[in-house]
Amino acid sequence: MAGSNWLPRWFYQLASPRWCYDITGKLLPGFLIAAVLLLVAGLVWALAFAPPDYQQGNSFRIMYIHVPSAILAQSCYMLMAIAGAVGLIWKIKVADMVAFACAPIGASIAVMALATGAIWGKPTWGSWWVWDARLTSMLILLFLYMGVMALYAAMDNETTAAKAASVLSLVGLVNIPIIKYSVEWWNTLHQPATFTLTEKPAMPVEMWLPLLVMVLGFYCFFGVSLMLRLRNEIIRRERRSGWVRELITSR
Amino acid sequence: MQFETISEFIKMDGHGLYVWLSYAIGVSILIGNLILPLFTRKELIKNLARRLRRENNAQ
Repeated sequence: MAGSNWLPRWFYQLASPRWCYDITGKLLPGFLIAAVLLLVAGLVWALAFAPPDYQQGNSFRIMYIHVPSAILAQSCYMLMAIAGAVGLIWKIKVADMVAFACAPIGASIAVMALATGAIWGKPTWGSWWVWDARLTSMLILLFLYMGVMALYAAMDNETTAAKAASVLSLVGLVNIPIIKYSVEWWNTLHQPATFTLTEKPAMPVEMWLPLLVMVLGFYCFFGVSLMLRLRNEIIRRERRSGWVRELITSR
Repeated sequence: MQFETISEFIKMDGHGLYVWLSYAIGVSILIGNLILPLFTRKELIKNLARRLRRENNAQ
């Protein structure tokens, strides 16, 4: 890459495991405080203060963890696929580590979205599970996460494992628009999107404001969990480098 | 506050089991995602420190 400086400086800094370890160490406390504050406020607000739905009553309170988890599960997948692509194209080790760290978080959050959805479905639709397009595509998302994790677990060579996992996550990216538009393309049981970026929510403000707080809280939580896992992975893979040795002995 | 008493808050007009079960699942997944990496970190650093000590003794 002689003479090519069209990419900003931080892009190259991100490629340095040590720089990444230091910067995430500085960012972690802020994200943790924000996540705890937003989630605690959002939970109390959602459970005790938001008004009940005129049709669904109090079971609608499940929305306040169902919707944020479904949004986060998809965002996390997109980050995993993008990080995987960056790793494939620029051979950046840290990008591979980010993709690796995304997989277990995304899988558990997809489980959360599916489980809370099933529990919400019982009093609302009368069934825990239906083979509705939205539910099925969300289940496929979970399987994609599990496939990526299985690939990492199956291969000893980190570079080969990262390549295979990145290709799988990039192919699986096609599932994201399918999840998004499933409620429009197929006439199904699942209700349409609660939140869109372009339109005003169809709910009163005292219902969607706690949802917004929860979504932001989930993203901050994701930041914390991702940075914790990324730092572990940096230490593990860079264990032979001088700075990690110093870090370990200085403790 | 939407509820007059604690028992009303727990019952949620008959939907209590569904609401509290999903919140319990949600909160435990969130907490697990923070505790597990911290635990991994502790183990990792312990193992690396042991390996470093062994290398230093061998020299």
